[in-house]
Amino acid sequence: MLKGDNLWFRYGSRQPWVVENRSLAVAPGEVLGLMAPSGYGKTTLGKLLAGYLSPAKGTVTVEGRSLPKRGYCPVQLASQNPELSVNPRWRVHKLLQEGYPPDPAYIEALGIHPGWLSRYPHELSGGELQRIAIARTLNPSTQYLIADEMTAMLDANTQALIWQTILSLVSKQQVGLVVISHDAPLLQKLCDRILML
Amino acid sequence: MLSISNLGVTFTQYDRGLRRKQLTVITDLDLDVQAGEVVAVVGASGSGKSLLAHALLGILPANAAISGTMTFQGETLTPERCQLLRGKTIALIPQSIGYLDPLMSVGSQVQRVAQLAGCSKTEAKANANRTFSRYDLPEDVGDRYPFQLSGGMARRVLVSTAVVTQAQLVIADEPTPGLHPDVVKETLSHLRALAAEGRGVILITHDIEAALQIADRVAVFYAGTTVEIAAARDFSSNNLRHPYTQALWRSLPQNDFVPVPGNQPSPEQLPPGCLFSDRCPWVSEVCRAERPRLRKVREGWVRCVHAKG
Repeated sequence: MLKGDNLWFRYGSRQPWVVENRSLAVAPGEVLGLMAPSGYGKTTLGKLLAGYLSPAKGTVTVEGRSLPKRGYCPVQLASQNPELSVNPRWRVHKLLQEGYPPDPAYIEALGIHPGWLSRYPHELSGGELQRIAIARTLNPSTQYLIADEMTAMLDANTQALIWQTILSLVSKQQVGLVVISHDAPLLQKLCDRILML
Repeated sequence: MLSISNLGVTFTQYDRGLRRKQLTVITDLDLDVQAGEVVAVVGASGSGKSLLAHALLGILPANAAISGTMTFQGETLTPERCQLLRGKTIALIPQSIGYLDPLMSVGSQVQRVAQLAGCSKTEAKANANRTFSRYDLPEDVGDRYPFQLSGGMARRVLVSTAVVTQAQLVIADEPTPGLHPDVVKETLSHLRALAAEGRGVILITHDIEAALQIADRVAVFYAGTTVEIAAARDFSSNNLRHPYTQALWRSLPQNDFVPVPGNQPSPEQLPPGCLFSDRCPWVSEVCRAERPRLRKVREGWVRCVHAKG
């Protein structure tokens, strides 16, 4: 179980609270949807759950333990801005190997062309780079995946293809999935449970 | 107002040592836009949507060569003319906050755009403030840096950068992803309002749902070519002509959510015939042999030999 308990967060001691006393839990193999208007701190909440940010108050735990300080984090985040999650000076093939060499079947399913591997991140379009970022999270050590508007920049066909791949990972590896999105029909198609913030 | 026919974009890249290779990323792209009209350009990433915008603004990299014809307000668009018009007569609403200066407050950036388009400093300041209030951005937002904005606010700031100018043609590059439906609706209605003022609007998006809310016509791009130009109403009335457009429509979560397997061909390995032939349910010998031409079918345009009138 990935659990966030009474989480509080703000970006500076004089700034307003962005995340205010939020609690949520997602079980292995469960798909939880998160929906809220812009500016409600959904992205920040995702970053707290994945350990990108530390909460001012409250705790994030995976199976009762806090997130590891070093090594591969069992909670992975696929963000809205893939360009911010990769090293701009690394070529794509190195980026893909950073955590774990991805399964060629996933590379195929995500539609990653071999021609992209020798390029730098800025030489790919947003949607292409997003698929690289998704491939990086499809690792056997990933127990929970936070998908923050993960397919918002993709066309409908590619979006449906990618969710097919992710849902097969969820059921095969019993990954707990948190889907943050504005797209109500998408959440209804994907999620076991939808939380409105 | 704008007419593009058979546009091609080819990049020359260094392969190994001094050996060069040609990479054709756009082949046979067609599009036309009238004043007062919103034309949506939809397609997968890598289908040439953003490159089209870059070609119109004359900001393709130096190793890119253009073929075909582009005319704007009756005159040919040369790279020199693009350079003169951009930011004044042709404006871009960029894709992400990555296009803003990270070290400058967003208020001064919007003001600067207005100044570069010909306003005096005081006019520009008033214009920027007026635009911010038009988009419900609180006053203190002007003093913030790009990283301090939420996704929705950032988008409204980006729209402001084009609205402060008097541009006749506005190109909105992916203005909606990741926004709450209400904000999407609002952003789109602002684009519609720009068209109502007599400007031409090109809405580049992968989001058909968003496109159909405001577009008069929709051009569908695939692997750097225009496969179909349809009226917006053709989508829900089952009047689509190209199998790729039909597949896109079916794969929406609110429809069947069933994708066509496979991928757009990469520019390195374009098939000699129809670019969609390897994924198409209608494929035949003719399709594999030759690139189909754009032709008129049921009041729209389609690049498929099997589409019936």
